Amino acid sequence: MDYILQQSLNALQLGSIYALIALGYTMVYGILTMINFAHGDLFMVGAFFCFIVATFLKLSFIPTLLISMIGVALLGVAIERVAYRPLRQAPRVSAVITALGVGILLESVMLVIFPYPQSVPTLLPNITWTIGGVTISLLQVIIICLSIGLMLLLDFIVRRTMVGMAMRAISWDKVIVPLMGVPLNLIISVTFALGTSLGAAAGVMYSQAFPVIDPYMGVLIGWKAFISAVVGGIGNIRGAMIGGFILGAVEIMVVAFFPSTYRDFVAFTLLLVLLIFRPYGILGQPRPQKV
Amino acid sequence: MSENNHPLLLVENLVISYGNIQAVRGISFEVREGEIVTLIGSNGAGKSSTLRGISGLIPYKGSISYRGRDLRGVDAAKIVGLGIAQVPEGRGIFGSLTVFENLKLATWQRKDKPEVNRDYERVFSIFPRLKERLNQLSGTLSGGEQQMLAVGRALMSRGQMMLLDEPSMGLAPVLVREIFRVLQEINQSGTTVLLVEQNANMALRVASRGYVLETGAITLSGTGSELLGNPQVMEAYLGG
Ligand SMILES: Nc1ncnc2c1ncn2[C@@H]1O[C@H](COP(=O)(O)OP(=O)(O)O)[C@@H](O)[C@H]1O
Ligand SMILES: [Mg+2]
Repeated sequence: MDYILQQSLNALQLGSIYALIALGYTMVYGILTMINFAHGDLFMVGAFFCFIVATFLKLSFIPTLLISMIGVALLGVAIERVAYRPLRQAPRVSAVITALGVGILLESVMLVIFPYPQSVPTLLPNITWTIGGVTISLLQVIIICLSIGLMLLLDFIVRRTMVGMAMRAISWDKVIVPLMGVPLNLIISVTFALGTSLGAAAGVMYSQAFPVIDPYMGVLIGWKAFISAVVGGIGNIRGAMIGGFILGAVEIMVVAFFPSTYRDFVAFTLLLVLLIFRPYGILGQPRPQKV
Repeated sequence: MSENNHPLLLVENLVISYGNIQAVRGISFEVREGEIVTLIGSNGAGKSSTLRGISGLIPYKGSISYRGRDLRGVDAAKIVGLGIAQVPEGRGIFGSLTVFENLKLATWQRKDKPEVNRDYERVFSIFPRLKERLNQLSGTLSGGEQQMLAVGRALMSRGQMMLLDEPSMGLAPVLVREIFRVLQEINQSGTTVLLVEQNANMALRVASRGYVLETGAITLSGTGSELLGNPQVMEAYLGG
Protein backbone atom coordinates (compact mmCIF):
# COMPACT_ATOMS: atom_id res chain seq x y z
CA MET A 1 0.00 0.00 0.00
CA ASP A 2 2.76 2.42 0.97
CA TYR A 3 4.55 1.41 -2.18
CA ILE A 4 1.52 2.32 -4.28
CA LEU A 5 1.13 5.64 -2.47
CA GLN A 6 4.78 6.42 -2.94
CA GLN A 7 4.58 5.62 -6.62
CA SER A 8 1.41 7.70 -6.99
CA LEU A 9 3.24 10.66 -5.56
CA ASN A 10 6.07 10.14 -8.02
CA ALA A 11 3.51 9.83 -10.81
CA LEU A 12 1.94 13.12 -9.77
CA GLN A 13 5.31 14.83 -9.89
CA LEU A 14 6.21 13.50 -13.33
CA GLY A 15 2.67 14.08 -14.60
CA SER A 16 2.77 17.73 -13.52
CA ILE A 17 5.84 18.29 -15.65
CA TYR A 18 4.34 16.57 -18.70
CA ALA A 19 1.09 18.44 -18.22
CA LEU A 20 2.79 21.85 -18.07
CA ILE A 21 4.69 21.14 -21.28
CA ALA A 22 1.67 19.58 -22.98
CA LEU A 23 -0.25 22.83 -22.41
CA GLY A 24 2.17 24.68 -24.66
CA TYR A 25 1.61 22.26 -27.54
CA THR A 26 -2.13 22.32 -27.15
CA MET A 27 -2.46 26.10 -26.86
CA VAL A 28 -0.49 26.76 -30.01
CA TYR A 29 -2.38 24.04 -31.83
CA GLY A 30 -5.64 25.50 -30.58
CA ILE A 31 -5.05 28.89 -32.16
CA LEU A 32 -2.89 28.09 -35.18
CA THR A 33 -3.66 24.39 -35.86
CA MET A 34 0.06 23.90 -35.93
CA ILE A 35 2.30 21.67 -33.84
CA ASN A 36 5.12 23.74 -32.40
CA PHE A 37 7.78 21.05 -32.47
CA ALA A 38 10.31 23.47 -31.01
CA HIS A 39 8.37 23.48 -27.75
CA GLY A 40 10.33 20.63 -26.15
CA ASP A 41 13.49 22.60 -26.84
CA LEU A 42 12.01 25.68 -25.21
CA PHE A 43 11.53 23.50 -22.13
CA MET A 44 15.26 22.73 -22.41
CA VAL A 45 16.09 26.43 -22.72
CA GLY A 46 14.05 26.96 -19.55
CA ALA A 47 16.25 24.47 -17.73
CA PHE A 48 19.38 26.23 -19.01
CA PHE A 49 17.99 29.60 -17.96
CA CYS A 50 17.63 28.09 -14.50
CA PHE A 51 21.21 26.84 -14.64
CA ILE A 52 22.59 30.19 -15.78
CA VAL A 53 20.59 32.35 -13.38
CA ALA A 54 21.28 30.08 -10.42
CA THR A 55 24.97 29.60 -11.18
CA PHE A 56 26.04 33.07 -12.25
CA LEU A 57 23.51 35.36 -10.64
CA LYS A 58 23.13 33.11 -7.60
CA LEU A 59 19.47 33.96 -7.22
CA SER A 60 17.05 31.89 -5.20
CA PHE A 61 14.26 29.65 -6.48
CA ILE A 62 11.41 32.11 -7.07
CA PRO A 63 13.43 34.81 -8.89
CA THR A 64 15.16 32.12 -10.93
CA LEU A 65 11.81 30.64 -11.89
CA LEU A 66 10.37 34.04 -12.85
CA ILE A 67 13.40 35.10 -14.88
CA SER A 68 13.41 31.78 -16.72
CA MET A 69 9.71 31.99 -17.50
CA ILE A 70 9.97 35.56 -18.75
CA GLY A 71 13.12 34.84 -20.74
CA VAL A 72 11.64 31.83 -22.49
CA ALA A 73 8.33 33.63 -23.06
CA LEU A 74 10.20 36.40 -24.90
CA LEU A 75 12.06 33.80 -26.91
CA GLY A 76 8.79 32.03 -27.74
CA VAL A 77 7.16 35.27 -28.86
CA ALA A 78 10.20 36.11 -30.99
CA ILE A 79 10.17 32.67 -32.62
CA GLU A 80 6.51 33.04 -33.54
CA ARG A 81 7.12 36.51 -34.92
CA VAL A 82 10.18 35.64 -36.98
CA ALA A 83 9.69 32.02 -37.97
CA TYR A 84 5.98 31.14 -37.87
CA ARG A 85 4.07 34.30 -38.68
CA PRO A 86 5.43 34.61 -42.22
CA LEU A 87 4.16 31.06 -42.84
CA ARG A 88 0.69 31.54 -41.43
CA GLN A 89 -0.97 31.31 -44.85
CA ALA A 90 1.42 28.61 -46.06
CA PRO A 91 0.53 24.90 -45.94
CA ARG A 92 0.65 23.61 -42.36
CA VAL A 93 3.41 21.20 -43.23
CA SER A 94 5.77 24.10 -44.00
CA ALA A 95 5.15 25.56 -40.57
CA VAL A 96 5.72 22.19 -38.92
CA ILE A 97 9.03 21.70 -40.73
CA THR A 98 10.05 25.22 -39.73
CA ALA A 99 9.23 24.36 -36.12
CA LEU A 100 11.41 21.26 -36.30
CA GLY A 101 14.17 23.44 -37.72
CA VAL A 102 13.81 25.99 -34.95
CA GLY A 103 14.07 23.15 -32.43
CA ILE A 104 17.28 21.88 -33.99
CA LEU A 105 18.64 25.43 -34.07
CA LEU A 106 17.96 25.85 -30.35
CA GLU A 107 19.69 22.56 -29.59
CA SER A 108 22.70 23.42 -31.75
CA VAL A 109 23.15 26.90 -30.34
CA MET A 110 22.93 25.51 -26.84
CA LEU A 111 25.43 22.81 -27.72
CA VAL A 112 27.89 25.45 -28.91
CA ILE A 113 27.55 27.33 -25.63
CA PHE A 114 27.45 24.23 -23.42
CA PRO A 115 29.22 21.33 -25.11
CA TYR A 116 29.09 19.24 -21.93
CA PRO A 117 26.23 18.35 -19.59
CA GLN A 118 25.92 20.85 -16.75
CA SER A 119 24.87 20.41 -13.14
CA VAL A 120 22.22 22.76 -11.92
CA PRO A 121 22.69 24.13 -8.40
CA THR A 122 20.08 22.98 -5.90
CA LEU A 123 17.83 25.91 -5.11
CA LEU A 124 15.60 24.35 -2.50
CA PRO A 125 16.59 23.00 0.93
CA ASN A 126 16.68 19.24 0.98
CA ILE A 127 13.78 18.67 3.36
CA THR A 128 11.82 15.43 3.41
CA TRP A 129 8.93 14.21 5.47
CA THR A 130 8.08 10.58 6.13
CA ILE A 131 4.43 9.88 6.73
CA GLY A 132 3.77 6.20 7.33
CA GLY A 133 6.05 4.54 4.82
CA VAL A 134 5.78 7.36 2.29
CA THR A 135 8.57 9.89 1.82
CA ILE A 136 7.76 13.33 0.44
CA SER A 137 10.37 15.92 -0.39
CA LEU A 138 9.89 19.67 -0.33
CA LEU A 139 10.82 19.68 -4.01
CA GLN A 140 8.02 17.24 -4.80
CA VAL A 141 5.51 19.31 -2.91
CA ILE A 142 6.64 22.43 -4.72
CA ILE A 143 6.59 20.81 -8.15
CA ILE A 144 3.10 19.45 -7.66
CA CYS A 145 1.61 22.55 -6.03
CA LEU A 146 3.26 25.03 -8.34
CA SER A 147 2.23 23.09 -11.43
CA ILE A 148 -1.33 22.77 -10.29
CA GLY A 149 -1.36 26.45 -9.33
CA LEU A 150 -0.07 27.48 -12.76
CA MET A 151 -2.63 25.26 -14.46
CA LEU A 152 -5.49 26.73 -12.43
CA LEU A 153 -4.24 30.20 -13.30
CA LEU A 154 -4.14 29.33 -16.99
CA ASP A 155 -7.58 27.77 -16.81
CA PHE A 156 -8.86 30.96 -15.22
CA ILE A 157 -7.26 33.13 -17.91
CA VAL A 158 -8.68 31.04 -20.72
CA ARG A 159 -12.19 30.76 -19.30
CA ARG A 160 -12.76 34.02 -17.53
CA THR A 161 -10.78 36.85 -19.11
CA MET A 162 -11.22 38.78 -22.35
CA VAL A 163 -7.84 37.55 -23.58
CA GLY A 164 -8.89 33.97 -22.92
CA MET A 165 -12.17 34.59 -24.70
CA ALA A 166 -10.24 35.92 -27.66
CA MET A 167 -8.00 32.84 -27.63
CA ARG A 168 -11.02 30.56 -27.71
CA ALA A 169 -12.58 32.64 -30.47
CA ILE A 170 -9.40 32.37 -32.54
CA SER A 171 -9.40 28.63 -32.16
CA TRP A 172 -12.98 28.53 -33.45
CA ASP A 173 -12.54 30.88 -36.42
CA LYS A 174 -9.58 33.18 -36.65
CA VAL A 175 -10.73 34.92 -39.82
CA ILE A 176 -13.67 36.52 -38.01
CA VAL A 177 -11.76 37.59 -34.90
CA PRO A 178 -10.43 40.91 -36.27
CA LEU A 179 -14.02 41.90 -37.12
CA MET A 180 -14.67 41.96 -33.38
CA GLY A 181 -11.94 44.58 -33.00
CA VAL A 182 -9.62 42.00 -31.46
CA PRO A 183 -5.96 42.34 -32.50
CA LEU A 184 -5.24 38.82 -33.76
CA ASN A 185 -1.45 38.99 -33.67
CA LEU A 186 -1.37 40.34 -30.15
CA ILE A 187 -3.49 37.45 -28.91
CA ILE A 188 -1.33 34.94 -30.75
CA SER A 189 1.77 36.47 -29.12
CA VAL A 190 0.13 36.27 -25.70
CA THR A 191 -0.69 32.62 -26.34
CA PHE A 192 2.93 31.87 -27.21
CA ALA A 193 4.11 33.75 -24.15
CA LEU A 194 1.79 31.82 -21.84
CA GLY A 195 2.50 28.41 -23.37
CA THR A 196 6.27 28.78 -23.49
CA SER A 197 6.50 30.24 -20.00
CA LEU A 198 4.71 27.16 -18.66
CA GLY A 199 7.24 25.02 -20.55
CA ALA A 200 10.03 27.03 -18.94
CA ALA A 201 8.53 26.51 -15.49
CA ALA A 202 8.54 22.79 -16.21
CA GLY A 203 12.18 23.06 -17.30
CA VAL A 204 13.17 24.80 -14.08
CA MET A 205 11.40 22.25 -11.90
CA TYR A 206 12.70 19.34 -13.94
CA SER A 207 16.25 20.61 -13.61
CA GLN A 208 15.78 20.70 -9.85
CA ALA A 209 14.52 17.12 -9.77
CA PHE A 210 17.10 15.81 -12.30
CA PRO A 211 19.94 18.31 -12.00
CA VAL A 212 22.19 17.19 -14.84
CA ILE A 213 21.04 18.89 -18.02
CA ASP A 214 22.11 18.85 -21.66
CA PRO A 215 20.84 20.47 -24.87
CA TYR A 216 19.01 17.31 -25.98
CA MET A 217 17.02 16.87 -22.81
CA GLY A 218 13.92 18.40 -24.41
CA VAL A 219 13.66 15.94 -27.26
CA LEU A 220 12.22 12.84 -25.60
CA ILE A 221 10.33 14.77 -22.94
CA GLY A 222 8.94 17.04 -25.63
CA TRP A 223 7.64 14.05 -27.58
CA LYS A 224 6.08 12.61 -24.48
CA ALA A 225 4.39 15.88 -23.60
CA PHE A 226 3.19 16.18 -27.18
CA ILE A 227 1.69 12.71 -26.94
CA SER A 228 0.07 13.70 -23.65
CA ALA A 229 -1.54 16.61 -25.43
CA VAL A 230 -2.79 14.33 -28.20
CA VAL A 231 -4.12 11.80 -25.69
CA GLY A 232 -5.98 14.55 -23.85
CA GLY A 233 -7.34 15.91 -27.12
CA ILE A 234 -5.02 18.35 -28.89
CA GLY A 235 -6.31 21.91 -28.69
CA ASN A 236 -8.11 21.20 -25.42
CA ILE A 237 -6.50 22.79 -22.37
CA ARG A 238 -8.01 20.57 -19.71
CA GLY A 239 -7.29 17.59 -21.96
CA ALA A 240 -3.58 18.44 -21.99
CA MET A 241 -3.51 18.50 -18.21
CA ILE A 242 -5.30 15.16 -17.96
CA GLY A 243 -3.09 13.64 -20.67
CA GLY A 244 0.07 14.73 -18.84
CA PHE A 245 -1.04 13.17 -15.58
CA ILE A 246 -2.11 9.96 -17.33
CA LEU A 247 1.26 9.60 -19.03
CA GLY A 248 3.08 10.29 -15.77
CA ALA A 249 1.00 7.68 -13.99
CA VAL A 250 1.40 5.07 -16.70
CA GLU A 251 5.17 5.50 -16.80
CA ILE A 252 5.65 5.29 -13.07
CA MET A 253 3.36 2.28 -12.77
CA VAL A 254 5.13 0.46 -15.58
CA VAL A 255 8.47 1.00 -13.89
CA ALA A 256 6.99 -0.08 -10.57
CA PHE A 257 5.94 -3.48 -11.88
CA PHE A 258 8.15 -4.21 -14.91
CA PRO A 259 11.82 -3.81 -15.77
CA SER A 260 12.43 -0.12 -16.37
CA THR A 261 13.50 -0.71 -19.97
CA TYR A 262 9.85 -1.51 -20.71
CA ARG A 263 8.76 1.94 -19.67
CA ASP A 264 8.49 3.80 -22.97
CA PHE A 265 7.37 0.73 -24.88
CA VAL A 266 4.46 -0.06 -22.57
CA ALA A 267 3.52 3.56 -22.02
CA PHE A 268 3.40 4.43 -25.71
CA THR A 269 1.56 1.24 -26.60
CA LEU A 270 -1.13 1.99 -24.06
CA LEU A 271 -1.52 5.49 -25.36
CA LEU A 272 -1.75 4.32 -28.95
CA VAL A 273 -4.43 1.83 -27.96
CA LEU A 274 -6.32 4.60 -26.21
CA LEU A 275 -6.18 6.67 -29.38
CA ILE A 276 -7.71 3.81 -31.36
CA PHE A 277 -10.78 4.00 -29.14
CA ARG A 278 -10.82 7.77 -28.80
CA PRO A 279 -9.17 9.09 -31.96
CA TYR A 280 -9.68 12.73 -30.95
CA GLY A 281 -8.27 12.16 -27.48
CA ILE A 282 -10.03 12.10 -24.16
CA LEU A 283 -11.61 15.56 -24.27
CA GLY A 284 -11.11 16.26 -27.96
CA GLN A 285 -13.97 16.74 -30.38
CA PRO A 286 -13.93 16.31 -34.11
CA ARG A 287 -13.60 19.82 -35.52
CA PRO A 288 -16.82 21.11 -37.00
CA GLN A 289 -16.40 21.31 -40.73
CA LYS A 290 -16.61 24.90 -41.84
CA VAL A 291 -18.68 25.65 -44.91
CA MET B 1 -25.35 66.44 -39.86
CA SER B 2 -22.45 68.69 -40.75
CA GLU B 3 -20.93 65.94 -42.86
CA ASN B 4 -23.82 65.78 -45.27
CA ASN B 5 -21.67 66.84 -48.16
CA HIS B 6 -19.04 64.21 -47.63
CA PRO B 7 -19.89 60.55 -47.89
CA LEU B 8 -19.30 58.52 -44.73
CA LEU B 9 -17.72 55.77 -46.81
CA LEU B 10 -16.11 56.43 -50.15
CA VAL B 11 -14.84 53.56 -52.31
CA GLU B 12 -12.93 54.47 -55.45
CA ASN B 13 -11.61 52.17 -58.17
CA LEU B 14 -11.52 49.22 -55.81
CA VAL B 15 -9.73 46.20 -57.25
CA ILE B 16 -9.46 42.93 -55.34
CA SER B 17 -7.65 39.90 -56.69
CA TYR B 18 -7.03 36.37 -55.50
CA GLY B 19 -3.93 35.26 -57.35
CA ASN B 20 -4.85 35.70 -61.00
CA ILE B 21 -8.57 35.93 -60.38
CA GLN B 22 -9.89 39.47 -60.27
CA ALA B 23 -12.93 39.32 -58.00
CA VAL B 24 -13.60 43.07 -57.92
CA ARG B 25 -12.69 45.09 -61.01
CA GLY B 26 -12.41 48.74 -60.16
CA ILE B 27 -15.72 49.63 -58.55
CA SER B 28 -16.59 53.01 -57.03
CA PHE B 29 -19.48 53.81 -54.75
CA GLU B 30 -20.35 55.85 -51.71
CA VAL B 31 -22.48 55.60 -48.62
CA ARG B 32 -23.74 58.76 -46.94
CA GLU B 33 -24.43 59.19 -43.30
CA GLY B 34 -27.82 57.81 -42.29
CA GLU B 35 -28.41 55.86 -45.50
CA ILE B 36 -29.13 52.23 -46.11
CA VAL B 37 -27.22 51.38 -49.26
CA THR B 38 -27.42 47.97 -50.81
CA LEU B 39 -25.00 46.17 -53.07
CA ILE B 40 -26.89 43.42 -54.86
CA GLY B 41 -25.47 40.73 -57.04
CA SER B 42 -25.55 37.01 -57.59
CA ASN B 43 -23.19 34.44 -56.18
CA GLY B 44 -19.55 35.18 -56.99
CA ALA B 45 -20.20 38.80 -58.01
CA GLY B 46 -17.60 40.10 -55.55
CA LYS B 47 -19.86 41.33 -52.76
CA SER B 48 -18.08 39.61 -49.86
CA SER B 49 -14.69 40.55 -51.25
CA THR B 50 -15.72 44.20 -51.28
CA LEU B 51 -16.76 44.04 -47.62
CA ARG B 52 -13.56 42.21 -46.68
CA GLY B 53 -11.61 45.00 -48.32
CA ILE B 54 -13.50 47.69 -46.41
CA SER B 55 -12.93 45.84 -43.12
CA GLY B 56 -9.22 45.55 -43.82
CA LEU B 57 -9.18 41.77 -44.03
CA ILE B 58 -7.63 41.55 -47.50
CA PRO B 59 -5.33 43.73 -49.56
CA TYR B 60 -6.77 45.79 -52.39
CA LYS B 61 -5.93 48.39 -55.00
CA GLY B 62 -7.79 51.67 -55.23
CA SER B 63 -8.93 53.61 -52.23
CA ILE B 64 -11.38 53.27 -49.38
CA SER B 65 -11.96 56.13 -47.02
CA TYR B 66 -14.17 56.48 -43.97
CA ARG B 67 -15.08 59.93 -42.66
CA GLY B 68 -12.46 61.27 -45.02
CA ARG B 69 -9.76 59.06 -43.56
CA ASP B 70 -7.88 56.73 -45.90
CA LEU B 71 -8.22 53.18 -44.54
CA ARG B 72 -5.28 51.75 -46.43
CA GLY B 73 -2.88 50.04 -44.08
CA VAL B 74 -5.16 50.42 -41.07
CA ASP B 75 -5.31 47.19 -39.07
CA ALA B 76 -8.65 45.36 -39.26
CA ALA B 77 -9.17 45.50 -35.50
CA LYS B 78 -8.51 49.25 -35.55
CA ILE B 79 -11.08 49.73 -38.31
CA VAL B 80 -13.68 48.31 -35.93
CA GLY B 81 -12.51 50.88 -33.40
CA LEU B 82 -13.04 53.63 -35.98
CA GLY B 83 -16.70 52.63 -36.18
CA ILE B 84 -17.12 50.10 -38.97
CA ALA B 85 -18.74 46.86 -37.81
CA GLN B 86 -19.23 43.90 -40.13
CA VAL B 87 -21.79 41.14 -39.82
CA PRO B 88 -19.97 38.55 -41.92
CA GLU B 89 -21.36 36.10 -44.41
CA GLY B 90 -22.61 32.96 -42.70
CA ARG B 91 -22.85 34.98 -39.43
CA GLY B 92 -19.39 33.99 -38.16
CA ILE B 93 -20.38 33.49 -34.57
CA PHE B 94 -17.95 31.71 -32.26
CA GLY B 95 -19.79 28.48 -31.50
CA SER B 96 -17.58 27.50 -28.57
CA LEU B 97 -18.33 30.76 -26.79
CA THR B 98 -21.56 31.57 -25.00
CA VAL B 99 -23.97 34.13 -26.36
CA PHE B 100 -22.79 36.63 -23.76
CA GLU B 101 -19.12 36.00 -24.53
CA ASN B 102 -19.75 36.61 -28.23
CA LEU B 103 -21.32 39.96 -27.39
CA LYS B 104 -18.64 40.87 -24.91
CA LEU B 105 -15.77 40.07 -27.25
CA ALA B 106 -17.15 42.61 -29.70
CA THR B 107 -16.60 45.38 -27.13
CA TRP B 108 -12.82 44.90 -27.26
CA GLN B 109 -12.10 48.29 -28.81
CA ARG B 110 -14.43 50.20 -26.51
CA LYS B 111 -13.29 52.32 -23.63
CA ASP B 112 -16.69 53.66 -22.55
CA LYS B 113 -17.60 50.97 -20.00
CA PRO B 114 -20.84 52.47 -18.62
CA GLU B 115 -22.25 52.80 -22.11
CA VAL B 116 -21.35 49.19 -22.82
CA ASN B 117 -23.86 48.10 -20.20
CA ARG B 118 -26.52 50.30 -21.72
CA ASP B 119 -25.80 48.76 -25.11
CA TYR B 120 -26.30 45.23 -23.75
CA GLU B 121 -29.75 46.33 -22.63
CA ARG B 122 -30.40 47.79 -26.04
CA VAL B 123 -29.39 44.54 -27.76
CA PHE B 124 -31.60 42.55 -25.37
CA SER B 125 -34.56 44.81 -26.02
CA ILE B 126 -34.13 44.37 -29.77
CA PHE B 127 -33.52 40.62 -29.47
CA PRO B 128 -35.17 39.34 -26.27
CA ARG B 129 -34.29 35.79 -27.32
CA LEU B 130 -30.60 36.49 -26.85
CA LYS B 131 -31.23 37.53 -23.28
CA GLU B 132 -32.98 34.24 -22.57
CA ARG B 133 -30.02 32.34 -23.97
CA LEU B 134 -27.15 34.39 -22.57
CA ASN B 135 -25.17 31.49 -21.13
CA GLN B 136 -25.94 29.03 -23.87
CA LEU B 137 -23.12 28.02 -26.21
CA SER B 138 -23.84 30.00 -29.34
CA GLY B 139 -23.11 26.99 -31.55
CA THR B 140 -26.37 25.49 -30.30
CA LEU B 141 -28.50 28.46 -31.42
CA SER B 142 -30.82 28.20 -34.41
CA GLY B 143 -29.83 29.94 -37.64
CA GLY B 144 -32.14 32.87 -36.95
CA GLU B 145 -30.85 33.30 -33.42
CA GLN B 146 -27.27 33.18 -34.69
CA GLN B 147 -28.06 35.95 -37.13
CA MET B 148 -29.53 38.01 -34.27
CA LEU B 149 -26.37 37.39 -32.31
CA ALA B 150 -24.23 38.46 -35.24
CA VAL B 151 -26.17 41.71 -35.52
CA GLY B 152 -26.07 42.09 -31.74
CA ARG B 153 -22.30 41.82 -31.79
CA ALA B 154 -22.05 44.54 -34.40
CA LEU B 155 -24.21 46.74 -32.18
CA MET B 156 -21.96 45.99 -29.20
CA SER B 157 -18.90 47.13 -31.11
CA ARG B 158 -20.75 50.42 -31.57
CA GLY B 159 -20.29 50.77 -35.28
CA GLN B 160 -21.58 54.04 -36.70
CA MET B 161 -21.54 52.06 -39.90
CA MET B 162 -22.71 48.48 -40.18
CA LEU B 163 -21.75 46.25 -43.08
CA LEU B 164 -23.97 43.20 -43.50
CA ASP B 165 -23.09 40.29 -45.76
CA GLU B 166 -26.25 38.47 -46.86
CA PRO B 167 -28.05 38.48 -43.53
CA SER B 168 -31.06 36.77 -45.14
CA MET B 169 -29.06 33.75 -46.27
CA GLY B 170 -30.55 30.47 -45.12
CA LEU B 171 -33.33 32.03 -43.07
CA ALA B 172 -37.06 31.37 -43.29
CA PRO B 173 -39.03 34.26 -44.84
CA VAL B 174 -40.55 35.28 -41.54
CA LEU B 175 -37.11 35.60 -39.97
CA VAL B 176 -35.81 37.49 -42.99
CA ARG B 177 -38.60 40.02 -42.55
CA GLU B 178 -37.76 40.26 -38.86
CA ILE B 179 -34.07 40.90 -39.55
CA PHE B 180 -34.86 43.54 -42.15
CA ARG B 181 -37.31 45.23 -39.80
CA VAL B 182 -34.56 45.36 -37.15
CA LEU B 183 -32.12 46.75 -39.71
CA GLN B 184 -34.47 49.61 -40.47
CA GLU B 185 -34.90 50.24 -36.77
CA ILE B 186 -31.15 50.29 -36.21
CA ASN B 187 -30.76 52.62 -39.17
CA GLN B 188 -33.42 54.96 -37.83
CA SER B 189 -31.57 55.23 -34.55
CA GLY B 190 -28.54 56.56 -36.38
CA THR B 191 -26.49 53.69 -37.80
CA THR B 192 -25.54 53.85 -41.45
CA VAL B 193 -25.96 50.54 -43.23
CA LEU B 194 -24.21 48.94 -46.18
CA LEU B 195 -26.20 45.84 -47.01
CA VAL B 196 -24.92 43.17 -49.36
CA GLU B 197 -27.64 40.84 -50.64
CA GLN B 198 -28.67 38.31 -53.23
CA ASN B 199 -32.22 38.79 -52.00
CA ALA B 200 -32.61 41.90 -54.15
CA ASN B 201 -36.31 42.30 -53.55
CA MET B 202 -36.07 42.66 -49.78
CA ALA B 203 -32.85 44.67 -49.93
CA LEU B 204 -34.14 47.23 -52.43
CA ARG B 205 -37.31 47.74 -50.44
CA VAL B 206 -35.43 48.94 -47.38
CA ALA B 207 -32.57 50.69 -49.16
CA SER B 208 -32.35 54.35 -49.96
CA ARG B 209 -29.97 53.56 -52.80
CA GLY B 210 -28.55 50.48 -54.42
CA TYR B 211 -25.82 49.30 -56.75
CA VAL B 212 -25.92 46.19 -58.91
CA LEU B 213 -22.68 44.24 -58.95
CA GLU B 214 -22.01 41.75 -61.76
CA THR B 215 -18.79 39.74 -61.99
CA GLY B 216 -16.86 42.37 -60.11
CA ALA B 217 -18.22 45.49 -61.80
CA ILE B 218 -21.08 47.86 -61.01
CA THR B 219 -23.54 47.77 -63.87
CA LEU B 220 -26.44 49.78 -62.49
CA SER B 221 -27.18 52.16 -59.67
CA GLY B 222 -30.08 54.20 -58.44
CA THR B 223 -32.55 54.65 -55.63
CA GLY B 224 -34.15 51.56 -54.16
CA SER B 225 -37.43 52.14 -55.97
CA GLU B 226 -35.76 52.97 -59.28
CA LEU B 227 -33.91 49.69 -59.22
CA LEU B 228 -36.99 47.78 -58.11
CA GLY B 229 -38.77 49.13 -61.16
CA ASN B 230 -35.90 48.52 -63.55
CA PRO B 231 -36.71 45.78 -66.09
CA GLN B 232 -33.10 44.52 -66.16
CA VAL B 233 -33.06 44.14 -62.39
CA MET B 234 -36.49 42.54 -62.48
CA GLU B 235 -35.28 39.97 -64.94
CA ALA B 236 -31.94 39.17 -63.38
CA TYR B 237 -32.69 39.29 -59.65
CA LEU B 238 -36.40 39.41 -59.02
CA GLY B 239 -37.45 36.39 -61.00
CA GLY B 240 -38.87 38.35 -64.02
N1 LIG C 1 -10.32 33.14 -50.79
C1 LIG C 1 -10.51 33.13 -52.12
N2 LIG C 1 -9.60 32.58 -52.95
C2 LIG C 1 -9.80 32.56 -54.29
N3 LIG C 1 -10.87 33.05 -54.89
C3 LIG C 1 -11.82 33.62 -54.12
C4 LIG C 1 -11.71 33.67 -52.71
N4 LIG C 1 -12.79 34.28 -52.21
C5 LIG C 1 -13.57 34.58 -53.26
N5 LIG C 1 -12.99 34.19 -54.43
C6 LIG C 1 -13.54 34.37 -55.76
O1 LIG C 1 -13.81 35.73 -55.96
C7 LIG C 1 -15.05 35.90 -56.64
C8 LIG C 1 -15.96 36.77 -55.80
O2 LIG C 1 -16.28 36.09 -54.59
P1 LIG C 1 -17.12 36.77 -53.44
O3 LIG C 1 -16.55 38.10 -53.14
O4 LIG C 1 -17.19 35.80 -52.33
O5 LIG C 1 -18.52 36.92 -54.13
P2 LIG C 1 -19.97 37.05 -53.51
O6 LIG C 1 -19.85 37.39 -52.08
O7 LIG C 1 -20.62 38.11 -54.31
O8 LIG C 1 -20.63 35.73 -53.70
C9 LIG C 1 -15.59 34.52 -56.89
O9 LIG C 1 -15.26 34.16 -58.23
C10 LIG C 1 -14.88 33.67 -55.92
O10 LIG C 1 -14.70 32.37 -56.43
MG1 LIG D 1 -20.54 36.38 -50.48
